[in-house]
Amino acid sequence: MKRSLIGSSWRRIGTLDAIPCRGARIVETDRGPVAVFRTGDDQVFALDDRCPRSGGPLSCGIVHGHQVTCPLHATEVCLETGEAIGQRVGRVLQHAVQVTEDREVYLAVSNEVPRPRAPS
Amino acid sequence: MRQLSKLPAQPKRWPWEAHEHEIVLDPDATVREVVSAPGTARVCTCNDVRKETIVDAVRSHDLKTVKQIGNHTSAATACHSCARVCKKLLDHELGRQPKEHQVVPVCSCTDMGHDEVRKKIQIERPCSLEDMMLRLRWRTADGCAQCRPALNYYMSMAFGQKYDDDPRSKVINERVHANIQRDGTYSVVPRMFGGVTTPSQLRALAEVAERFEVKAIKITGGQRIDLLGIRKELLPAIWGALNKAGFISGHAYAKSVRTVKTCVGTEWCRYGVQDSTSMGIDLEHIMWGTRTPHKVKLGVSGCRRNCAEATIKDVGIVAVDDGWDLYVGGASGTRVRAARFLCRVGRDHDVPEYSGAFIQLYREEGWYGERTAAFVERVGIRYVRERIVKDIAGRNLLFSRFMRNQKHDQVDPWASAAVDQVQEHFVPLSRLSKDLPS
Repeated sequence: MKRSLIGSSWRRIGTLDAIPCRGARIVETDRGPVAVFRTGDDQVFALDDRCPRSGGPLSCGIVHGHQVTCPLHATEVCLETGEAIGQRVGRVLQHAVQVTEDREVYLAVSNEVPRPRAPS
Repeated sequence: MRQLSKLPAQPKRWPWEAHEHEIVLDPDATVREVVSAPGTARVCTCNDVRKETIVDAVRSHDLKTVKQIGNHTSAATACHSCARVCKKLLDHELGRQPKEHQVVPVCSCTDMGHDEVRKKIQIERPCSLEDMMLRLRWRTADGCAQCRPALNYYMSMAFGQKYDDDPRSKVINERVHANIQRDGTYSVVPRMFGGVTTPSQLRALAEVAERFEVKAIKITGGQRIDLLGIRKELLPAIWGALNKAGFISGHAYAKSVRTVKTCVGTEWCRYGVQDSTSMGIDLEHIMWGTRTPHKVKLGVSGCRRNCAEATIKDVGIVAVDDGWDLYVGGASGTRVRAARFLCRVGRDHDVPEYSGAFIQLYREEGWYGERTAAFVERVGIRYVRERIVKDIAGRNLLFSRFMRNQKHDQVDPWASAAVDQVQEHFVPLSRLSKDLPS
């Protein structure tokens, strides 16, 4: 997957325990809110907090497996790729995220411009 | 204001002409009707999906499940009522014999229907949702957005206070006690018992609306006042302000008793034959806060003219000269259904008893996500009459279970103690800015 990390750097955003399991928290950034998800198997993913279908806040969705269901129209978004599953509405931008051994979470905000929505 | 003068040029066909000869497949359509319907027949009314679109998707993408159909065509993803039609279409396309009465699985994580899952919970007595999915051989480790809220409801119904409600298995509206809007802001509806208010309540509400710069105020269909355009992080503060002014949550976001709509009854109306306003207020005081498989709306009309539109409510009460007529299972959403007549009662205190018993029956036997209209259609009005009207001891038991449960359920989620526990939903984990090095 193509991801531009130039101009971005790792920033500490908090501890893993501050993110609810099968839930998400918001990180306010210069490019808008980024949703940081924690899945049932304790993996962490970060996506722009904008559903590719109509901009719904993904951080408010139900997290299941490595997917989140958007609260607005139940669009399922894959946390691994940012792709809306089975729907031709494009994908949401991903950000790199890492958890250290002492359960600190680091985020590298991508400076990639979000792709315009695919015509439906 | 919207420009009404700028009408579009006259279309070749008016919208109503387009629908004139259109075939809409009913959710209860038989296999024969589904198979013989033309390609243009509409299957999903919510997302406007036609039969040919689904058939094309099944053939070209080699789809195997109803969920995959949903992902490709968005059919059966909104209200799910066409899922059975989709299943029949799918079975036909895959060369399987479609079944007329099939068990509707809770979701694609299992083949079990809602009734079976409920029975299994009683037998297996799992200690958590994950434990339950393991024991019930779920295909996924932690379910999906469809089954998790359902299982969470069934678990809390089975074990009551002993079960720790899982906030991660609730939709956002129920988690933050407000309704998410298309721009990601929320709307807040305080409870106004029976739809009756006072000048001091209105002043307090206006003051809160101004202080929080509410974007719009709207009277809802259930006779309440809706404050729209509130940012998520402001929700706890606005609840606190409303609480202080004497309001509790209106549960406009919840699968619970939402509103009791009333008319002015004998108090004011020259036609009224019973005090429908007081009846509605009393009912709402008894019913608020209960947890149900889907939203429940009530209506109380003071005479046959039925200004409170009680006969399209989940529980409708219409005053007659010598008492009240009770109706159940009405709806006015995706499919309008007139409520079915349950019985006539003579004494005022029969009304909450019969209504509470019916809601308890629905709580215990309704499927998660199934409105009372669909529930009554599924089990039959005769069965409901049997349980609520004929079986007097059974009705008393149902009502006492309902009331016992209300002792725990009637907690205002806007009260400060409840808010403190969920604080993390409302504040960002961190704020990053270019100028601030970490």
